Amino acid sequence: MKTETFGSTDKSIPAHDRRRGVARRQLRLWPNRHGRDRWARRSMALLVALVTLLVPLIALALYERARPILADQSLRELLTSSVWHPLQGAFGFLPFIMGTLWVTAVAMLIAVPPSLLTAVYLTEYASTRVRNLVMPFIDLLAGIPSVVYGVWGMLTVVPFVGTVAAPFLTRYLGFIPFMQSDNPTGYGVLAGGIVLAVMTFPVIIAVTGEVLCAVPQGLREASWSLGATRWQTTHLVVLRRALPGVVAAIVLGFSRAFGETMAVLMVVGNVAQVPHSIFDAAYPLTALIANNYGEMMSIPLYDAALLCAALVLMLVVLLFNVISRLVLSRIARQG
Amino acid sequence: MSRRRLEEGFFKVLMLLSTAVVLGSLLLILLTILWRGLPSLNLAMLTQLPQGGYYLGKEGGILNAIVGSLYLAGGATLLSLLFSLPIAIYLRLYANQTRQAEVARLALDVLWGIPSIVYGVLGFAIMLWLGMRASLLGGIIALALLELPIMVRGMDEALCMVPPALLESSSALGATRLETAVKVAVRQAFPGLLTAVLLAFGRGIGDAASVLFTAGYTDRLPGSLLDPAASLPLAVFFQLGTPFPAVQERAYTAALVLTIIVLALSLISRQVGRRFTRHVVR
Repeated sequence: MKTETFGSTDKSIPAHDRRRGVARRQLRLWPNRHGRDRWARRSMALLVALVTLLVPLIALALYERARPILADQSLRELLTSSVWHPLQGAFGFLPFIMGTLWVTAVAMLIAVPPSLLTAVYLTEYASTRVRNLVMPFIDLLAGIPSVVYGVWGMLTVVPFVGTVAAPFLTRYLGFIPFMQSDNPTGYGVLAGGIVLAVMTFPVIIAVTGEVLCAVPQGLREASWSLGATRWQTTHLVVLRRALPGVVAAIVLGFSRAFGETMAVLMVVGNVAQVPHSIFDAAYPLTALIANNYGEMMSIPLYDAALLCAALVLMLVVLLFNVISRLVLSRIARQG
Repeated sequence: MSRRRLEEGFFKVLMLLSTAVVLGSLLLILLTILWRGLPSLNLAMLTQLPQGGYYLGKEGGILNAIVGSLYLAGGATLLSLLFSLPIAIYLRLYANQTRQAEVARLALDVLWGIPSIVYGVLGFAIMLWLGMRASLLGGIIALALLELPIMVRGMDEALCMVPPALLESSSALGATRLETAVKVAVRQAFPGLLTAVLLAFGRGIGDAASVLFTAGYTDRLPGSLLDPAASLPLAVFFQLGTPFPAVQERAYTAALVLTIIVLALSLISRQVGRRFTRHVVR
């Protein structure tokens, strides 16, 4: 109805708005298409802001719930004491932190060399056909649930460690301090490390692959034209250029292993002690939380202590993630 | 042979070996689960609820866990879809390459890295604070948090694949950004969006640590959102914890069922990229 919009005589509306028909628009309950766009923009921006704030909110919530124990004992005391007697109010996280560190360290020692070599093979050596054939399987490895990894660990890795690796390594490498075994079961740091290593393969391979792809092709060609072999080009040019990104990939793999719960819990033995050998049973932080949270709520501070453990876990993972993501996004921008 | 040729060959063999180790471990996992899970796999396992004495090795199946897992992951995927599609659209089509988008993407990557046990613990702490018991709803919310970054990231990348010229033509015809987003970008990126959803669903159905406290475990089917719900990963975990070999065998079978579901999802999401392209402009 053209005449209505143009012929509006309502003097309360400014003249230029009367001409553009704004008055009629403003009276409608359901906004027109430009109004809908504005509303959508605002509400989506709100959602994005909410998600951006989610990380600090989670940390804050955990801190809030962990405060009772942090008020009672200093953080330093909690992290360095190895006495874990919840009934007596002694919450020393040291055995659990050491358990996590041992398992993660072993996992990284096992995982890093093959993952890096595989990533280099897939990006620098393999043909596109081979790469397209292999990558889906690596994605598949990433998609397997952690419980299934745990079952595999119990069925294959634990017996292997118990009957093959432990006797063999103790016999031939027993002079190395970390290699003696007095634990015949196989449940322990090494089994957890192997399972975690397989779980971190896909993370490190995928991220390293992306980083290597971002290295300009011209660098490789320049190196080849000087007569360098592929491997020389790879380790003198490509890997050197991609080093920060490769480190970031390893750190991402580390933080994935650090926070993994179910698979580790099932194979690591869960004995609250500071491990002294790769065959000792350990009790990582994640396993501590999974096994005990929600029970024995009547013990004072117990709940707060476990949330404090979750907070420590989260902060470590957060720190590593932020650093490596910043490095990776800088690489992506340059590439 | 010169030293550098030798070196070249040495590292090439090493790389091939590493690739074989990585692929071999996948094969080993699948074979182990198949070999140990297959003997106890039968129709009763899949279609019956646990009967009395099930955890001592008597009659019954894991229908409660299968249905519970589908409810949990399905609900979480729907809930997370509600949030992640607008977020991905905003990041890619409204605020692309702004500081805000950059910070949000970093936040999402960090969220992705947060261990699922943290989501579980936090979810349960909040539920305690609200006075809720372990329930389907709690599990769905914790899982949705876990799935959100995976879904947004996948959708973000799917929307990135939409040719800019298509978006520009839409704008040139006078469409608002919202119209361009809903009527052009989402249709064009539909297969990619669906892949992201399926990927998130697969991640959600396999996660145990986040539902351990929040969803609880029960032998019955959940009748409402406030009932506790069983889940496949926890069915595996709890049955392995019993001292009876017959029950442990069933844990392997539950693990096999879970693996098959996850593998099927992965295959389907690969196929989806080729199908559902009715509205895609090439």
